[in-house]
Amino acid sequence: MQTITKPHIRVQNLNVSYGDTQVLKNVNVDFPRRQTTAIIGPSGCGKSTLLRSLNRLLELTEGVKLSCKILVDDIDIMSDSVDVTNVRKRLALIAQTPNLLPMSIFDNIAYGPRVSGMSWWNEIDGIDRMVERCLRASGLWEEVKDRLKEPASRLSIGQQQRLCLARALAVDPEVILCDEPTSALDPISAQHVEKQLQALSMDYTVVFVTHTLRQARRIADNVIFLYMGEVVEEGPAESFFSQPKSAVTKAYLEGAFS
Amino acid sequence: MKNRKLEEQIFNALMLASTLIVVGSLLAVIGVVIVKGAPALSLSMITQTSNGGFYLGGAGGILNAIIGSLYLISASISLAFVIGLPVALYLNEYAARSKSADVVRLCLDVLYGVPSIVYGAFAFTLMLILGARASLLWGIITITLLIIPIMIRGIDEIIRTVPSKLREASYSLGASKLQTAFNVIIRQILPGIVATVLLALGRGIGDAASVLLTAGYSDSIPTSLNSPVATLPLAIFFQLSTPYPEAQERAYASAIILLGIIVMLSLSARFCTSRFSKFVIR
Repeated sequence: MQTITKPHIRVQNLNVSYGDTQVLKNVNVDFPRRQTTAIIGPSGCGKSTLLRSLNRLLELTEGVKLSCKILVDDIDIMSDSVDVTNVRKRLALIAQTPNLLPMSIFDNIAYGPRVSGMSWWNEIDGIDRMVERCLRASGLWEEVKDRLKEPASRLSIGQQQRLCLARALAVDPEVILCDEPTSALDPISAQHVEKQLQALSMDYTVVFVTHTLRQARRIADNVIFLYMGEVVEEGPAESFFSQPKSAVTKAYLEGAFS
Repeated sequence: MKNRKLEEQIFNALMLASTLIVVGSLLAVIGVVIVKGAPALSLSMITQTSNGGFYLGGAGGILNAIIGSLYLISASISLAFVIGLPVALYLNEYAARSKSADVVRLCLDVLYGVPSIVYGAFAFTLMLILGARASLLWGIITITLLIIPIMIRGIDEIIRTVPSKLREASYSLGASKLQTAFNVIIRQILPGIVATVLLALGRGIGDAASVLLTAGYSDSIPTSLNSPVATLPLAIFFQLSTPYPEAQERAYASAIILLGIIVMLSLSARFCTSRFSKFVIR
């Protein structure tokens, strides 16, 4: 399958350094369309950095230097002529811990469409229906439908993370980027979020960073293994886990380091 | 183990003592003002303007100073806010971590410490150059200058406490810097803004030296920006400096009125804050 369809996102020659420390070295990877790709590797290997460079959030960090080409549908999103706010909308990011906006549940979801003056949801139905649809897609609707005007911060942390997911969906992205989206959650909430992500992978290209190999095994179609800022191995999840090519991958999968 | 417990007790006692000193002095000030001023307090004081003989012990009130102070402070607070908020946002959202932002902060900190009489003298010099006379307008300008550093540095310090993940959330949803500043940052810091405005208000409404030369004094309520205007701190000052005991008592009564205004404004601001802070992310 992957060989026929053109990749959705191509990262070419990605180099990132914080000050004098280079954290990503010449990374070249592809992300297939409508598939779930897991970025795995030991702590500090540059997983989050890779993810955050995809929607150009990384360049807001102090002292970061980055050079690369990132092609989304063959268009280089790093070029100056591209509107960065539009890039961030197309590639929505779910952070490690829920980062709610200081507003009500409803407004958290309506925020993205409102700031970008988007009208796609207006044409199909009103903003109320849009909010409802996003909340349903993230599996939160039944729990919050009677308290949409309440401050979002009153939700439990697992619900907050699913609200972040709903909020990301509201800007009608093509890609969902997740930075260890379940690592701060309790096991049951984590299961919830993971289930929603799996359901969404039918319609979106999903890229997620994870610390747990078991999670990658459960939901990933493809895996990228980073070690010390370099891509050691990438490929379909099945063969990656059953027949790793590199010795480093083998050692990592066997738990020699983490 | 014993030592640590002792340490804890000593410091507890010290902190309690300082708190008592602070609260005690405050209560003493309020007590003196009330004891000395309450007998002279009357309804006519807040419903009538002062006639010629009022400061000599005659009939009348200080409505002119009450209204004058309210005019002055509401205009100055609004101006200082409109000027100060964008500066504070700029320092944090646009010029963050730049050398020039630090220089601006240093300048503001110095201005913060400049005595109010210096602001008065500065504005007075300007007035001499421009041939202007003491008026409500110049009072407003001077008070605005006086409270701008408080306003900017106050809001600036609060914006610095906004977690960066809030900005990140807004940016990831496709918001621009300006949208993030106005829709997210301001919502998050609303309670802090109210506190800062109160701080600036306290300094502005209570200051006598800056308006002495610039706002003048008048027995009537100002009818235009160009008319001189009476203020409560100056009313207190003038009445205290008369040799008449009746007028001196009225100075304390005027102070009660000033205190009352500040308490009322604070309470209403606090009421508003509790409604805003509902949505703040902690």
